[in-house]
Amino acid sequence: MRVSILGIGVLSAGLEGWSSGREVLRGGRPFSPTSLPDPTADLLPANERRRSSDCVRWAVQVAHEAIVQSELDPRDVATVFASSGGEMGVLDTLCRALATTERIVSPTLFHQSVHNTAAGYWGIATKCQQSSTALSCYDDSSAVGLLEAVTYATLEECPVLFVAYDLPAPEPLHGARPIATAFAAALVLTAFGEPPDPTMSLRLLSAEKRDVTTMSDQDLERLRLDNPAARVLPLLRAVALKGRHTVMMDVLDDQRLVVEVDS
Amino acid sequence: MSPHERPMTPLTLSAYTLVTANGRGIGLVSQALRERRSGLRPCDFEDALLKTYIGRVEGLEDFSLENGLEQFDCRNNRLAWLGLQQDGFMVAVAEAKQRYGADRIAVVMGTSTSGILDTEHAYANRHPQTGVLPASYTTRYRYTHNMFSLGHFVRACLGLRGPALVISTACSSSAKVFATAARYLRAGLCDAAIVGGVDSLCLTTLYGFSALQLLSAQPCRPCDEDRDGLSLGEAAGYALLESSEKIGRKGAVALLGYGESTDGFHMSHPHPEGAGAIRAIRQSLERAGLQSSDIEYINLHGTATRANDAVEDKAVFGIFGGTAMASSTKGWTGHTLGAAGITEALIVAICLKQGFVPGTLNCERVDGSLRSHILRENVDRPVRRALSNIFGFGGNNCSLVLGVL
Repeated sequence: MRVSILGIGVLSAGLEGWSSGREVLRGGRPFSPTSLPDPTADLLPANERRRSSDCVRWAVQVAHEAIVQSELDPRDVATVFASSGGEMGVLDTLCRALATTERIVSPTLFHQSVHNTAAGYWGIATKCQQSSTALSCYDDSSAVGLLEAVTYATLEECPVLFVAYDLPAPEPLHGARPIATAFAAALVLTAFGEPPDPTMSLRLLSAEKRDVTTMSDQDLERLRLDNPAARVLPLLRAVALKGRHTVMMDVLDDQRLVVEVDS
Repeated sequence: MSPHERPMTPLTLSAYTLVTANGRGIGLVSQALRERRSGLRPCDFEDALLKTYIGRVEGLEDFSLENGLEQFDCRNNRLAWLGLQQDGFMVAVAEAKQRYGADRIAVVMGTSTSGILDTEHAYANRHPQTGVLPASYTTRYRYTHNMFSLGHFVRACLGLRGPALVISTACSSSAKVFATAARYLRAGLCDAAIVGGVDSLCLTTLYGFSALQLLSAQPCRPCDEDRDGLSLGEAAGYALLESSEKIGRKGAVALLGYGESTDGFHMSHPHPEGAGAIRAIRQSLERAGLQSSDIEYINLHGTATRANDAVEDKAVFGIFGGTAMASSTKGWTGHTLGAAGITEALIVAICLKQGFVPGTLNCERVDGSLRSHILRENVDRPVRRALSNIFGFGGNNCSLVLGVL
């Protein structure tokens, strides 16, 4: 399965947007994760933005960045949102409320607790009525989300916006899933691209040995290992570097996703 | 011609199983459907003091997971385990493993809340001084509450090594698993797929739907003129999907088409004209290569909220007129949320196999403003082509067409 990449969005401390992020990833600029981004997610209507969770703003921010580059109308683009834990901040607030005697739950907070909250807000902001899937595969959510997105784009012949995001959970939930650094990335993919759009082809292999692609920069490698969404970093680097690169991503214990990037 | 306008290869449901509040296994569920016996009871879940009815699966409190599965132990995975034990499903999967190999069978599961009940319990048992969650919880979060837990658990129980994922799009989760599995099969990522869904009762959904004022104080009454909300339920269901070209089985139930869409309108209210629903239904018919007149029965999403049933009726009437029989089976099971897709797909499979259509349980007088052919009583009649609708939070819609090969 082969697709073209029409747009990329990325957001993390030290990787604020694709145009500067690609410079960092190809080694042209140092990776200095000094300050945490605070995405405004301008695409969201004011009402929705005010009520939205951090996850929603991060996911919508990178999705918007990628879709603008693609020059596609977002109403024509299906979506796949991958996140290991989804709305951990909302779940923390909900579980705190449920642990009180009164158990007073905010209706808004409740409908924001679903795994497809970010996908839903994106659809509302763009008035998109295409298919939208939200999924998880724990640490390998990005690889499996990418597989779902590429499969959809290829077989359903419809462009797909793929978004991967995971944010640190607040305490005490952080103890259950200690992700330290927020990360989100998005790719707009189509089966009908043309040069000079970078392309990637995907294969899923059974794998006995682990030869997963890592980041050579220690801090970026720490980020890749820390946050399931950041497992896409080697793929983003391959696009940034230009040329042909093979990226291996873990899928569970016994498989790997082989991504051939031609940029 | 876009792909959803080209008929897909039907996918045989070569084995399937279902556990709902009506009982464990296809036999008991179909008996309850025939006898019009509801699984709903006044809410007796933990200490939830809510005036509502629930479709609780009995016995989940009475055992825990053993034999190497201890780390997965939580209500959702107990229900998942119970589901796997029924209807010879494990044997059918073992045979499929012989045919294809463990690495060629995918696991595609759906759930909305996974094992969140364990997180709720952990929050109630935070350390009084430090606020820290119990270590017995934090070390097992991955295996209980994390959204992938169900996929991990089912894959481990069945000894499979193919691709696996959990789709979580609220109520449409375990309907969309059919679509993803169909693509996996077509792309050659696997030779067979276990699709399914498990969702279990928890305080989050009970108090959350209560906060949205969507819970009825009575057993839910889909399509009734006095309907006033839903009843929550829990369920586990699975199907083994294989290409009908490989495993024909004349007379077997098969997935003929699927349609996926979103409303792009609101997180918890349906689009007023049912635009997303119409899109999903039309796509599912096109993928099945069928006309609307080919569909004999529609299993409605039919949650019994004022808004859902009215908007769904608009969409269904707009496409089918009053020709196809339509009913909601949530009066039996309650709304099983992330498990509703598989539950209702398998109820449709029962109808196709046994030649009857369930009338809408608890619907005393059909709302006069609904124009579809809403069935109140069961009808004995062979059915060859049927549709199942599932719509969820985030405006996420999925329709499935099932039929007899």
